[in-house]
Amino acid sequence: MNAPTATVDWPEKLYGTLKRAGIRQVGYVPDAGHARLIDRCRADPDIHDVVLTTEEEGVALAAGAWLGGQRAVLLMQSSGVGNCINMLSLARSCRFPLLMMITMRGEWEEFNPWQEPMGSIVDPVLRLSEAEIYRATKPEEVEGLAERAVQHVFGDERIAALLLSQQLIGKKVWTK
Amino acid sequence: MSGLERRAAMATLLADRKDDLLVIPGLGSTCWDLAAAGDNDRNFYLWGAMGGAAMIGLGLALAQPDKRVLVVTGDGEMLMGMGALATIGIKQPQNLAVVVFDNGHYGETGMQPSHTHKGGVDLLGVARSCGIATCLDVADEAALADLAARLKELSGPLFARLAIAIADPPRVLPERDGTVLKARFRAAIGV
Repeated sequence: MNAPTATVDWPEKLYGTLKRAGIRQVGYVPDAGHARLIDRCRADPDIHDVVLTTEEEGVALAAGAWLGGQRAVLLMQSSGVGNCINMLSLARSCRFPLLMMITMRGEWEEFNPWQEPMGSIVDPVLRLSEAEIYRATKPEEVEGLAERAVQHVFGDERIAALLLSQQLIGKKVWTK
Repeated sequence: MSGLERRAAMATLLADRKDDLLVIPGLGSTCWDLAAAGDNDRNFYLWGAMGGAAMIGLGLALAQPDKRVLVVTGDGEMLMGMGALATIGIKQPQNLAVVVFDNGHYGETGMQPSHTHKGGVDLLGVARSCGIATCLDVADEAALADLAARLKELSGPLFARLAIAIADPPRVLPERDGTVLKARFRAAIGV
């Protein structure tokens, strides 16, 4: 008989990674996949949680934070990547460190076909924008990849995106 | 044509500038206006990122609560990032001022009318409804002097709309290498 395997609590691991990285500003457009991480950040008095009207605001927020000597992270869903494209020029032109954590939609057992067009091009669009991509599909690999993304971003003032596969998030329940 | 002269207005806002004042202009005309007022390592000039000036200001203001952050941008740039006013209103930074040089036109692209043209969209009303308590309509020298005085001691987010004259003064171009601008800004404030 196999011992029960404990599922890694990856949102909690991500919070731990953000704390160890010294993240002080968290910009986000509310997202179900990031709900627990957002709650943890909102409850943290050492973190400025900044709810955004659109994801591109977060790219500018992170640049301002770095100008002022603070580290920021931008949390979003895959659809938000499209909202960021031109503003990513800011990070590229000035080499601002930009850490993005992106929950994926439109891939695994997606019910809503309108999520597919943007979800399917997140990876190439970010690569064209000079972002390093770290993709996590299993709970146990989230933390390690997040740590590497942090190192890439703040160690060398670069752009990186941690893509959190839809398998991690689970199916969205449409009927109640 | 009525309205304040933009270069003189910028000079008034920055008169007797202290080291605790950090300035972010929008791209285009307000960037040239800021450069014309005298280069300073504590300016972070924008040559792009349209719609991002106010949010850069917010990130900076949160990171540097003991300094004052002044965003000076144009009506077109503010309109593109109008959601930032909502975000700032919710966050209530104590040390951030957003000043819009409003001439109702897109000056960099041939003076096409913007949404604020002839009283179309009222950016002051937008800022007020976003919860920015101090909203100033600046249309004459007295109001400009009052704004300049208020910028010296911020206590809560401030928004001001300056009615500026339509003009296209000679461009004064600052450094345009973003990595240089970033590095010198950070060095100047010691981060």
